[in-house]
Amino acid sequence: MGLRWENRTTCLHPPRKRFPKGRAGQGHVQSRCSRWLVLAIAMVRFYMEKGTHRGLYKSIQKTLKFFQTFALLEIVHCLIGIVPTSVLVTGVQVSSRIFMVWLVTHSIKPVQNEESVVLFLVSWTVTEITRYSFYTFSLLDHLPYFIKWARYNFFIILYPVGVAGELLTIYAALPYVKKTGMFSIRLPNKYNVSFDYYYFLLITMASYIPLFPQLYFHMLRQRRKVLHGEVIVEKDD
Amino acid sequence: MVEILDAKTREKLCFLDKVEPQATIAEIKNLFTKTHPQWYPARQSLRLDPKGKSLKDEDVLQKLPVGTTATLYFRDLGAQISWVTVFLTEYAGPLFIYLLFYFRVPFIYGHKYDFTSSRHSVVHLACICHSFHYVKRLLETLFVHRFSHGTMPLRNIFKNCTYYWGFAAWMAYYINHPLYTPPTYGAQQVKLALAIFVICQLGNFSIHMALRDLRPAGSKTRKIPYPTKNPFTWLFLLVSCPNYTYEVGSWIGFAIMTQCLPVALFSLVGFTQMTIWAKGKHRSYLKEFRDYPPLRMPIVPFLL
Repeated sequence: MGLRWENRTTCLHPPRKRFPKGRAGQGHVQSRCSRWLVLAIAMVRFYMEKGTHRGLYKSIQKTLKFFQTFALLEIVHCLIGIVPTSVLVTGVQVSSRIFMVWLVTHSIKPVQNEESVVLFLVSWTVTEITRYSFYTFSLLDHLPYFIKWARYNFFIILYPVGVAGELLTIYAALPYVKKTGMFSIRLPNKYNVSFDYYYFLLITMASYIPLFPQLYFHMLRQRRKVLHGEVIVEKDD
Repeated sequence: MVEILDAKTREKLCFLDKVEPQATIAEIKNLFTKTHPQWYPARQSLRLDPKGKSLKDEDVLQKLPVGTTATLYFRDLGAQISWVTVFLTEYAGPLFIYLLFYFRVPFIYGHKYDFTSSRHSVVHLACICHSFHYVKRLLETLFVHRFSHGTMPLRNIFKNCTYYWGFAAWMAYYINHPLYTPPTYGAQQVKLALAIFVICQLGNFSIHMALRDLRPAGSKTRKIPYPTKNPFTWLFLLVSCPNYTYEVGSWIGFAIMTQCLPVALFSLVGFTQMTIWAKGKHRSYLKEFRDYPPLRMPIVPFLL
């Protein structure tokens, strides 16, 4: 096996991810969309029947947890290229959703009837339905302008609303966490380590400050590129 | 003649008309700095193709595939800082920070513990080992290592120092804590851990010396490293980067000695990073040398 003469012009940019035209891509995207539709319908029905948001979380929690945990597959899908989003962006989003569902609303019962929970549930639901409709229609090569418009404009309101809901929920959980000392390890112990869930939550809230603007401006740049055809020179590595 | 264009905008930045054919890229970079003083040579990347690989400083103009007028594309690498500076800063931090916790400087633990001393002998031993490790690293940076690259991007110093200083503080906090629990198996465990630590420190140093001897002062040559008379270097028979192998071993020893989970996590993160580096180095060796020993793995004998 001799040394091959190497091509001098090494391409530094990774291959652009394309929408997969296969059945796997279509099926996955459609099922994701319908899952969130199911959730949305359940939420609307509950509100119409009960007229209040109290108990809403309790009624949809099983469905939500089931779907949200399935979202871990999303990261795999990005890795193998079925979905054209970066692994890092999706990873951050999925982790924060799993964190909210399992480590906050599921584990801290007093928080389940807060209005802020409705805020982020609605935000997530509408965002996901829009996004996956966009992918579905793109795959079918028949993308109505409205769907594209929605995908690149709704987030302007939905992102901040969702973040507000998440932050307010975590904030509401703090007193209970402090009082019960849940999920915490104290000294002394055999492995000489400690963990304080209360401070962890505070740090998590603080981390929204650098992370949220980055995601938001990333979406705004995407929006300018897609809707207004602007050529944006990305910062190079 | 040499013209230099911006790689992104294709704008003509500089035209050098009295360049000798035997001129090196380093000399061209110096000429370019004269017209654009804000771009000192270390932050210039010159290439034949806007998206291609950077040319090396030693490359000679007439040996490149160019016509009578060479077109070079320029990319700004950003503010640069020397490797030596980065290493000294990132290693001095942990040395100093650990001692702050060891001496129980005020405002870390409760006031009644200020400037007190731990009653566990392993805590004193751990301080000696940790300090020795970083003093060794500082001395190696000053007197042993021969760097291929002079500089790295400035933002690396912030990233690297956060990593080293942060983990040092996190580990030191628990090891020197008034409520520290000594290892479950007592003196036996500490003795074994110390042996592992010392062997790996000696091993790591031996490899650094062997690598230094491969490369004459001031040069950037690369050769295949081979085992020497020093038994610690015999690990070269099995791995490409035994310095990393020994380094992970030292930290595993330290983790066993202190029985502290943050130390184990630090070892794991370090191992992950060093594995990435070792795999890269291994791949470069394979690409560059046809006769590279086939038995060698990047970092863990036979496995990884």
